[in-house]
Amino acid sequence: MIKVENLSKKYRLKGKDIFALREVDFTIEDGEFVIIVGPSGSGKSTLLLTLGGLIHPTSGKVILNGRSIYELSVKERAELRKTSLGFIFQTFNLIPYLTSLENVQVPLYLAGKSPVEQKNIATHLLTKVGLGDRLEHKPAESSVGQQQRVALARALANNPAILLADEPTGSLDPALSEELLSWLVTLQKEGHTIVMVTHNRDAVRYATRSMTLIEGSVSETGQIVS
Amino acid sequence: MHKPLLVAVAEVAAARQRNKMGSINIVIKELYERKSRLLTALIIIILGIGVIVGIRTMTHFSEKAVARELDSLGANVLILPKSATISDYYTADLVGEELPEAYVDKIMTSDLQGVDNLSPKLTFPVTIDEEDVYLTGILPLNEFNSKPLWQTAGTIFSLPEGCGSISVPISDNTTSTRNRTIDSLTPNEVLVGSEVASRLNLFVDSPLTIEGEEFTVTAILPQTGTVDDGRIFAHLHTVQRLFDKGPVVNVIEMVGCCSELSKGLLVDGLNKLLPDAKVVTIGQIVSTQQNTNNMMSNFSVISLIIVVLIGGISIANYMFANIHERRKEIGALLAIGATPGKICAIFLIKAAILGLVGGIIGYFVGTLLAVTLGPRIAQVPVLPLPSLFGYSVLISIFITTLSSLIPAIRAARMDPADILREI
Repeated sequence: MIKVENLSKKYRLKGKDIFALREVDFTIEDGEFVIIVGPSGSGKSTLLLTLGGLIHPTSGKVILNGRSIYELSVKERAELRKTSLGFIFQTFNLIPYLTSLENVQVPLYLAGKSPVEQKNIATHLLTKVGLGDRLEHKPAESSVGQQQRVALARALANNPAILLADEPTGSLDPALSEELLSWLVTLQKEGHTIVMVTHNRDAVRYATRSMTLIEGSVSETGQIVS
Repeated sequence: MHKPLLVAVAEVAAARQRNKMGSINIVIKELYERKSRLLTALIIIILGIGVIVGIRTMTHFSEKAVARELDSLGANVLILPKSATISDYYTADLVGEELPEAYVDKIMTSDLQGVDNLSPKLTFPVTIDEEDVYLTGILPLNEFNSKPLWQTAGTIFSLPEGCGSISVPISDNTTSTRNRTIDSLTPNEVLVGSEVASRLNLFVDSPLTIEGEEFTVTAILPQTGTVDDGRIFAHLHTVQRLFDKGPVVNVIEMVGCCSELSKGLLVDGLNKLLPDAKVVTIGQIVSTQQNTNNMMSNFSVISLIIVVLIGGISIANYMFANIHERRKEIGALLAIGATPGKICAIFLIKAAILGLVGGIIGYFVGTLLAVTLGPRIAQVPVLPLPSLFGYSVLISIFITTLSSLIPAIRAARMDPADILREI
């Protein structure tokens, strides 16, 4: 379960305080697929990165499975990201000089898996997302859709309970967007909790629940009937 | 067209790392992927280390050459009685004045640096078969060590340990085997200079009467072209006894060593140690020979400073640019669980690998430069100096790692929010 309590994040820009998040409160139950929509600059990415333990909030708490993550050390938060969280980004953020297989192996290496385990798990995941025949291709040799699937496989490498997706369809055409969203639905049905931020309202039909973020505040929530 | 060697090496290293994952693997793959920048960074290191190794190698052999030359000159410092005046450096023991033999022990037991050999002498004119010659009392082993030309007598003495004797020239028919112990020159044995031997028709084992005492010629010394050819040498203590002298000498000849001598440290030290003696040196000869070496040695230090500064700044600059270019990658690594320490380690490993490769290649480049250009620049034959290999690799790794420390720490402290939100 993800519990967000009174979460605020303030940046200082040119002498002025800019609130990216304002006293945000919500709870996401295990196994939910929550989409947070909002226009550009509404604080979506900040919220997602804060949930992932990557941005220290100005105030408030993020509690993952009963642990307030910003009360943990830097190392403990890194450990949490390794084992419990998976990230998917709009621009995929694959390491350009590594093959698809190697990109998926990286989080497994960081988690201390043996080379044989790394290779087996990475191969399995890439095969699962339909890239079993493109293990040795580098990002530049792959299409946008293939890169996004590699990024998805990488996010799933350590079988995290929670997947955090930041505008994952932002670089994809409608067909590929639908394909990715279908993948996320499948993963949710397999038991993963999924939190996705997007400015694309059409995506919310895939979610079990949606929220709208405007100027750093959650303004509405809605239960979607899938 | 053939691939450049470095690219080929990087390619093989990258191929070996295929499907392996770890910090080193990530670094090697990244280096291979950005070959042109790798080459640029490596060239800076290779040139820097190459210059240091080249200069150091040339300086080493130049110093050895000077030291060898000093050895061949024989004694280069004279210790005389305070009141003595000399007109000829090589007949300084004919001054007639005396100083205590104990000065030899005083010097030997002092902490003076650069004393390579001491050779006390006591000389008296004698008449043998109506021929005037000089009888010189010596401590045989010390005397031999200060007389490189006597070494060509070969079968008599062992080679000395000169301050720079990497290859003391000896004639073809000589050996460095000690055939007898020089210390065993007995009270009734003498060594005879070649000119005296000729005048007095003396040979090995010839009997000889000096001041009423019987002696046997132990060896005829090789011709040296110096005043020694006209002398007879007996043990110092024999001469002291023969002329009813106590433990005194006319002069102590010294082979002073290299930098201590040229910098005046040895003479200053001797003056302090023996205030009642006069110290004379072939200062000009020594300092002229040493000047080139000092210049090269200083140049070596200056080069090292320049390499550390320019090389370090260049590597740091390269690393900063590399980190900026890879910030998305850093953000992704942080997101998937890499700790800041791991990020820092990746960049420091990269720096160490650059230093290792740069140090190895730099050593060979510098050695090649020294061997090919050394004879023209330093006027001495130059050979590879394997002992510099370890130093060049260590210095190279030290420079690259140290100069990458701040960029690596900065990479580790990058705010993932800044990186990931700008994407």
